[in-house]
Amino acid sequence: MRHAVAPAENVENHSFTVTDLFKICTHCERLGKKVRERREGGRNRKKKKEKTAKRQLSDLGIRIPRPLGNGPSKFIPEKEILQISKVDSRTQSIFEDAFAALGRLDNISLVMGFHPQYLESFLRTQHYLLQMDGPLPLHYRHYIGIMAAARHQCSYLVNLHVNDFLQVGGDPKWLNGLFEAPQKLQQLGELNKILAHRPWLLTKEHIEGLLKAEEHSWSLAELIHAVVLLTHYHSLASFTFGCGITPEIHCDGGHTFRPPSLSQYCVCDIANGNGHANHHDDLLGNQDMCGEVEVLMERMKQLQECRDDEEASQEEMATRFEREKTESMLVVTSEDEESGPPRDISRHFEDPSYGYKDFSRRGEQVPTFRAQDYSWEDHGFSLVNRLYPDVGQMLDEKFHMVYNLTYNTMATHKDVDTSMLRRAIWNYIHCMFGIRYDDYDYGEINQLLDRSFKIYIKTIVCSPEKTTKRMYESFWRQFQHSEKVHVNLLLMEARMQAELLYALRAITRYMT
Amino acid sequence: MCKDKFRSKYKHQQHVALRRNMEKMSRVTTALGSNAISGRTMFCHLDAPANAISVCRDATQVVVAGRNIFKIYALEEEQFVEKLNLRVGRKPSLNFSCADVMWHQMEENLLATAATNGAVVTWNLGKPSRNKQDQLFTEHKRTVNKVCFHPTEVYMLLSGSQDGFMKCFDLRKKESVSTFSGQSESVRDVQFSMKDYFTFAASFENGNVQLWDIRRPDRYERMFTAHTGPVFCCDWHPDDRGWLATGGRDKMVKVWDMTTNRAKEIYCVQTIASVARVKWRPERKFHLATCSMMVDHNIYVWDIRRPFIPFATFEEHKDVTTGIVWRHQHDPHFLLSGSKDSTLYQHMFKDATRPVDKANPEGLCFGLLGDLAFAAKESLITSDANRKPFPGGDRRYPMFFFKKPDPTEQFAHVSSALSVFETDLDSHRMDWFVKTAQLYLLSGKPFAELCDHNAKVAQELKRPQVSTTWTMLRIMFSDPANLATPGPNHNLGKLGTLPLMNSFSLKDLGSGMGAESRLERSKGESRQDNIHLEPGNSYISNNEENEETEGSEGHPEYMFGDAELDDDDLYSMEHDNQTEEQEYTLPQEAFQLRHEIVDNPSAPEHLQQDKADSPHVSGNEAEVTCLTPIESFSLISISQPLFSPHLPASFFCPIVREMLSYYAEQGDVQMAVSVLIVLGDRIRKEIDDLTQEHWYMSYIDLLQRFELWNVSNEVIKLSTCSAITCLNQTSTTLHINCSNCKRPMSNKGWICDRCHQCASVCAVCHHVVKGLFVWCQGCSHGGHLEHMMNWLKSSAHCPAGCGHLCEYT
Repeated sequence: MRHAVAPAENVENHSFTVTDLFKICTHCERLGKKVRERREGGRNRKKKKEKTAKRQLSDLGIRIPRPLGNGPSKFIPEKEILQISKVDSRTQSIFEDAFAALGRLDNISLVMGFHPQYLESFLRTQHYLLQMDGPLPLHYRHYIGIMAAARHQCSYLVNLHVNDFLQVGGDPKWLNGLFEAPQKLQQLGELNKILAHRPWLLTKEHIEGLLKAEEHSWSLAELIHAVVLLTHYHSLASFTFGCGITPEIHCDGGHTFRPPSLSQYCVCDIANGNGHANHHDDLLGNQDMCGEVEVLMERMKQLQECRDDEEASQEEMATRFEREKTESMLVVTSEDEESGPPRDISRHFEDPSYGYKDFSRRGEQVPTFRAQDYSWEDHGFSLVNRLYPDVGQMLDEKFHMVYNLTYNTMATHKDVDTSMLRRAIWNYIHCMFGIRYDDYDYGEINQLLDRSFKIYIKTIVCSPEKTTKRMYESFWRQFQHSEKVHVNLLLMEARMQAELLYALRAITRYMT
Repeated sequence: MCKDKFRSKYKHQQHVALRRNMEKMSRVTTALGSNAISGRTMFCHLDAPANAISVCRDATQVVVAGRNIFKIYALEEEQFVEKLNLRVGRKPSLNFSCADVMWHQMEENLLATAATNGAVVTWNLGKPSRNKQDQLFTEHKRTVNKVCFHPTEVYMLLSGSQDGFMKCFDLRKKESVSTFSGQSESVRDVQFSMKDYFTFAASFENGNVQLWDIRRPDRYERMFTAHTGPVFCCDWHPDDRGWLATGGRDKMVKVWDMTTNRAKEIYCVQTIASVARVKWRPERKFHLATCSMMVDHNIYVWDIRRPFIPFATFEEHKDVTTGIVWRHQHDPHFLLSGSKDSTLYQHMFKDATRPVDKANPEGLCFGLLGDLAFAAKESLITSDANRKPFPGGDRRYPMFFFKKPDPTEQFAHVSSALSVFETDLDSHRMDWFVKTAQLYLLSGKPFAELCDHNAKVAQELKRPQVSTTWTMLRIMFSDPANLATPGPNHNLGKLGTLPLMNSFSLKDLGSGMGAESRLERSKGESRQDNIHLEPGNSYISNNEENEETEGSEGHPEYMFGDAELDDDDLYSMEHDNQTEEQEYTLPQEAFQLRHEIVDNPSAPEHLQQDKADSPHVSGNEAEVTCLTPIESFSLISISQPLFSPHLPASFFCPIVREMLSYYAEQGDVQMAVSVLIVLGDRIRKEIDDLTQEHWYMSYIDLLQRFELWNVSNEVIKLSTCSAITCLNQTSTTLHINCSNCKRPMSNKGWICDRCHQCASVCAVCHHVVKGLFVWCQGCSHGGHLEHMMNWLKSSAHCPAGCGHLCEYT
């Protein structure tokens, strides 16, 4: 917090550095708060300092940016997010590590802080992918991250990595658009597009095209690294939209120079539940939905019990998968209102109209992907670990972690076995990508996931940029925010695995 | 277990074994008598990828199962003949989608399959109808990975599933008789023991292997971790009851001895891909066959005692092999395999590739110091014995390694002889490299001085060409303004004499060493420290004595005497030694870090040394001129004014570039890099980045092999290639352990999470040491560098009060 007082020499600089400073401030504050909480008054002193610093700055004629919206998420009240790290020392130490490693504590990590076990694994993987030894140069990695995030018009991730990209010495010209980047990266555009929206269309010819392109060709190891990065950022974009992550203060859209309006609150604050007038009218909504959790639990119990009684025939099972598949297509996600992405982000990718299309629509029948024939555990892992050592292990841990993560609670109920619910969510997502598990009865999905939840899942996974706060609120109303974040983690990892499986299968086919 | 029971069980087993033995005998005779099994390497196309195969007991038929295939083929002399398609019915059900299949080894008509949807199905070939499906068990919730019939019990079937359960079925009943829980870890393989009636092994996705008693479903008998990551398969040895082979995703095949209390790993084979199946080879105690799950399509047969090279390889498949099985349980010559490429193969062992035959049994390796080791087949060496590979004074030690020949081992016996050739020709030694690396100055002084210094160094090491090169570089690139001012005449003189003085005076010292250095030696104490600190010299044999005399200054004769002794052995090296001693102080100047640490004690010496040098320089000037190398040099200095003295430095760039390439090609990449660094911007643009990077990398690699970490680091730091400088930015994390509890410090900051104490506290000031920490290797106490230095000046004891007599040198 001393940083805030120091910038006398920065005076001549423009607002960019000042916003950087404020980034450090706010991030420190998040960490500092918890430490200082014990020493009463420390916080006030700091606030005062900050204020005087601000006043000094404005005296010097520098415009001070003001954060737009409070807290890391538009959907979740700020105080609830910061609450966790205060209570849990483990979360706090993870935050500290993350801050020490990156010099920032981004909003994604803050929100994931609800689930420290997972966060640790996530950060370790991400750190390894971006910073540690690997086949791709550092600026390539960030650029690929930008490409992937831009595919979903996720300005949050794009901005974050534009900064990182420049920091590791990337050529600013590349940021004008993919056409300015080296040929090698341009070729990746096609893979990026297919992976993001219709991974089932990926064939070994695509891989061959990348690996055998004369001087611009990729090596297998580089390609695996790129594929892992692409899938990582596609799914992270899902998470970002799914949890309504707000822009960092130092990024575009994260701050404003407009003085606070008369009403003192901007729109985001209100939507956030941070304002005085708490518009989060639980009361009304809960009236008719009060039994939701109980109904869900009852259904789970029923499924558990009557599993053996009612023996579904094989055909029945097959049709159930098909039905779920087709039904997932009917879950329309306001698809038709084709609004072009904001100008500045669309330049990072080509063909902006290319989006998720349900794979068996219009007769183009793509064979179902059988999970038993190409699974992550048996096949995917071996391939990744062979070509990009250690990452296979980390991804394996991460998938394992998220699949098995449970606190045995549902809303207010304790000691609930949620494995069935988690499996239903996981398999539903894979089902949307055409991956079928022979040993799963897809009828369960219908029982456990209601329509609003399905809409939410489908939106997040297939076109995350269309997520709205209403969607977030309308599913599972009685559940806690941490549980909704948990769901988001499941969605994110399931999506990543699905994309990875398709990509790795194509690579395997190319290799044989 | 009560004793009687045990005995009865044992008896039973004996009985079973007896019976099996008799069976075996009879079968072998029939096999030999009627010559039942014969055939050749052959294959047939299946309609779909296979997941598993299994043979019937009499080895005449094989069943192939997969997602879209379930067929029985007869094995005939020349070909596979399709006998039966078990996949019947209009709508193929998921029950036909098999992950595994097993043919009963007692009952010819009985088959079991594991379906991907979690069903366990048995099939009775004796049924008259087209649909041979017999029983259907749908107790598993997830995919069933494996089914296994009991080897001797007709009705007992075991299954292992993804849902973490193993179930034992009695085929006369409608449902399972017992369920074994793997605590929700997925089961990848289950195998009944061939010899122990009640035992079966199960392998798990988390790397564990469990042993169960079929009568006790409540708890496993034994568990151990066999692999990191899933254990895909396991197989009991058909004859040796205690041996279990396991294969895992970690690319290893391990053989465990289960007879002892703790499962003991007795053999380990490292393959190149995750191991999907492992099968012991019949009648060959140490052989087993493996195939992999990904990437690698071959089938390997290993002799587990020779884990580095497969005994035999079958390379027919075009996609991963999914099932392997030996055709007959007492015939080691036929192997059947099914694959994802939709083929079914019968491999004849005699047609297998033997990688050993192709392996190159010769090995050749250069040692760091120019020694050469050569291993070759013994026969080659002995026939060559009369010829001396290296004429001259080379010493040769042929060593022969014999493995005790094992009659059961069918490997081609290769006994190799290893010869080590030592060079002691000066030209082959690498000493010059080490010394040059240590002594060269690459930065920190004006360009001209650097060149002079380096020329001097090269000259001392008797490398006149290199030395001359440095001097020439100095002349070429020195600031023309400096040269021009004194006028052409004077210029000539300066050019001629100055480098001469510097470069040759020490050379002279070197050549005229005998008397002088002996004189100096008799001075004793001043030289002594040199000897101690001199890195990598040939006094290594004296190290012990050195350490003893360390610190006490009264034994110069002792040292001297030893050196004398050495002279006899290393007569040719004496010369080198002397020069080294002369030069020794230079590294101190070159390396900042070193300098700081040994600063005080050695400072006076410096002066002395300098003083000693200076008179020589002046005194020998006259002599110098008559040394031969000077002629070549003076030529240059004379030719210099023929050109304009104002020639721009860039004029020489092409020549210098050629010169650098020449050195690099000659293998002296050290010279190329050193010149590159010293010249810096003057030459850098002339040479393309890739070449520069290449040179840097080679040089750094060499330096690191010689463990010259400081030099290599300096080179990295001074290099201008981004690819090189970033070498210093990788792996910069420093992991520290708490000094109290010895655990890693996970938290940031200096307080240990576990014992809540500050780590690495200075023993003098009791503050945390955040920079350089020095500690006594005797008592492991330490602290800030300067604190420790000051403390130990006044006291000999450890500042921590432990009573240890610490030494600071």
